[in-house]
Amino acid sequence: MNQERQRLGLVIRGSLNKGIEVRLDGSASVEDMAVGRYVTIEGQKRRFFGLVTDVSLGVSDPRLATAPPDVSDPFISEVLKGTSAYGTVHILPQLTIGGDVTSLLEGPQPVKTVPGHFSSVYLASQEDVELVFGQEDKERFWVGNPLDMETKVCLNLVELVKRSNGIFGKSGTGKTFLTRLLLIGMLQKSAAVNLVFDMHSEYGWAGGSERGGKVKALKQLFPAKVAVFALDEESSRRRQVSTDFIVRIGYDEIAPEDMVLLRQTLNLTEAATEAIYQLYRRFGWDWLRQTLELKDADETRALLDELHIHEATYQNLRRGLGTLRRLAFLVPKAGDNAVKRILEYLDRGTNVVLEFGRYTDITAYILVANLLSRRIYAQYRERTERALGEDTAPPHPLVITIEEAHKFLNPEVAGQTIFGTIAREMRKYNVTLLVIDQRPSGIDDEVMSQLGTKITCQLDNERDIDSVLAGLPGKSELKQVLAKLESRQQALIFGHAVPMPVVVRTREYGSADSYKSLTAGEGLSQKQAEKDIEELWE
Amino acid sequence: MQRVGEVIEASTTEFTAQCYELYQLPPLGSLAKTREGELELYGVVYNATTSSLEPGRRPIARGKDEVSEDEIYRSSPQLLKLLKSEFGALVVGHKQGDRTFHYLPPRPARIHGFVYLCPAEEVRSFSSSFGFLNILTGSNLSVPAEELTAACLRYISQAYEDRRRFLVAAGRELASLLSGQLNRLQAILERIKQ
Ligand SMILES: Nc1ncnc2c1ncn2[C@@H]1O[C@H](COP(=O)(O)OP(=O)(O)OP(=O)(O)O)[C@@H](O)[C@H]1O
Ligand SMILES: [Mg+2]
Repeated sequence: MNQERQRLGLVIRGSLNKGIEVRLDGSASVEDMAVGRYVTIEGQKRRFFGLVTDVSLGVSDPRLATAPPDVSDPFISEVLKGTSAYGTVHILPQLTIGGDVTSLLEGPQPVKTVPGHFSSVYLASQEDVELVFGQEDKERFWVGNPLDMETKVCLNLVELVKRSNGIFGKSGTGKTFLTRLLLIGMLQKSAAVNLVFDMHSEYGWAGGSERGGKVKALKQLFPAKVAVFALDEESSRRRQVSTDFIVRIGYDEIAPEDMVLLRQTLNLTEAATEAIYQLYRRFGWDWLRQTLELKDADETRALLDELHIHEATYQNLRRGLGTLRRLAFLVPKAGDNAVKRILEYLDRGTNVVLEFGRYTDITAYILVANLLSRRIYAQYRERTERALGEDTAPPHPLVITIEEAHKFLNPEVAGQTIFGTIAREMRKYNVTLLVIDQRPSGIDDEVMSQLGTKITCQLDNERDIDSVLAGLPGKSELKQVLAKLESRQQALIFGHAVPMPVVVRTREYGSADSYKSLTAGEGLSQKQAEKDIEELWE
Repeated sequence: MQRVGEVIEASTTEFTAQCYELYQLPPLGSLAKTREGELELYGVVYNATTSSLEPGRRPIARGKDEVSEDEIYRSSPQLLKLLKSEFGALVVGHKQGDRTFHYLPPRPARIHGFVYLCPAEEVRSFSSSFGFLNILTGSNLSVPAEELTAACLRYISQAYEDRRRFLVAAGRELASLLSGQLNRLQAILERIKQ
């Protein structure tokens, strides 16, 4: 058919479930066949689009393996390569592209059959890949490129934000860089606003790169669309972040439910969490301040007796609460209500990044993310319901980004946290999650199964791999693909926002060119450009 | 076209031809053809012989007093009339009209049919695909099939400018034809390698 396309070989056997085996032509080198590459297969009636999931070597005669021929002779080796000794590639067909006009209009469809015996297999061309993953447009965002190809892989972000999604990968593989890209994508292409709980302060203003130097973050690139909220004023000032709001949380904003999540990190016993509810019943919203102020006195003992709290439990609780007391953003009474402020920004369509500054320990993160999300979610819920009843506009769809997601969504707590609720109920109240984690196996299976699109960088722990791929057709093949990802800046994407699983080299982020292309059309505001020039003189 | 002899014996799978001149034998593995009506039969030459014309009478040694071998024939010119050269040809295909078939023709060759050596151009067109290799490698003659196949490929390759390319392609065909018969494959490859 097409002269320039390189034919790889012929389909020799296979099945829809397990994928098909292709015998390579002698002219196609096994060494050029990377797992994760795309191929097209010319069936009789339609074209198939698939993914290389394994590469192997075969011999037609077992004796060839035990007594290899004299391959130092170039003639013999040329004859035997691809014939008696041949390469095979394993391909997982994913989509079909029909031959007639209607199916061309419908676009690629999921496979329901396999190509016939001896169908020819070709490396997918740029046009093929483009046909499948689409070009950048007002809904699609370019996240990366297929391996060894210039073509862009685009995610449909309007689709993406309809469900909760996950970004996984072990440490240093590029989760943060990917998340930044995705946040930018959402900010440009979807109607959703983001609320990012930025544990390591790398999404709002500037982030570090292991290649050295700093990379810009959201607010620097999109000053008009992003607000940076800070928990740690000092750290933000030191880093010269232009913050929009300093978040303080009052003791009276912490509910017993918030403490339940902290059980593990604060080492609270079961009885101690029970005690919190007792104290809450007694003191109401003032429970924390009152408890912290309890003196080692007889009245205290009397109170504990009355509430049936054991001395040991009380001591355990005090130690735990002592940790909270050291968090300077917690104050007996917060003047301004952070939740209200965040909602104001979100309502205006401004994305909010909450940086944690020096509070990088998990206690602060869990407490704040949970507490704020719970209350923001309650507002969303109320407003969405009201919108349904009164025919008013519902709030902007909201995407909440959390890191270390397994701390919120492990099987023990997923049932109790707001995040578990959001993940499970899809987009009922216009709120979805973007979870980032390096230990996906720690996340509740049910939550994992609810994630619409998963983007995963390299993982090497078997259990993590299993949990990410659970329930996916062609799982064992994709496992191969996942295991072979490079240790950085490569990811496997699958789920709702892509028509088929795809391995990408993540779009470059951090160079001047990358900023330019990311903000293109956005027109880095004139003011920003002037500022950049000014900075040169500072 | 070079005429090399005349059919003196024929069967479905092979024919035997006698040369017009003593020792004017076509080489082992060369591609010969003869006509049967509208058919042209292709044969690969194997098993050439030179022997006494009369069965039962064997030549005797005559050169004891001669200084050279040629002298023997010169002093006994009748010798050329008492000996004959013959060769067998394995039928490997036929041609009808413009089409070449790499399988046995419906009828054998005719006795006294003239036998020609195929010119280079025809050799190329005959070998533009490798269907004939199947008959060659499957033959069961006095000459080992590997030996004959290799000789034939060497011969045909001379008709090509890029001999090596032809031989590699043929070798690859053999590799799939003889998959599971590594020893035979290797025997042939050893004999055609460049
Ligand atoms: N898209 C990209 N463009 C440029 N560099 C990248 C990209 N992705 C990853 N890198 C490089 O890889 C390094 C690690 O990436 P990143 O910080 O995103 O990893 P991570 O998975 O978030 O790690 P951790 O789990 O430790 O937070 C970056 O510092 C950067 O140098
Ligand atoms: Mg990170």
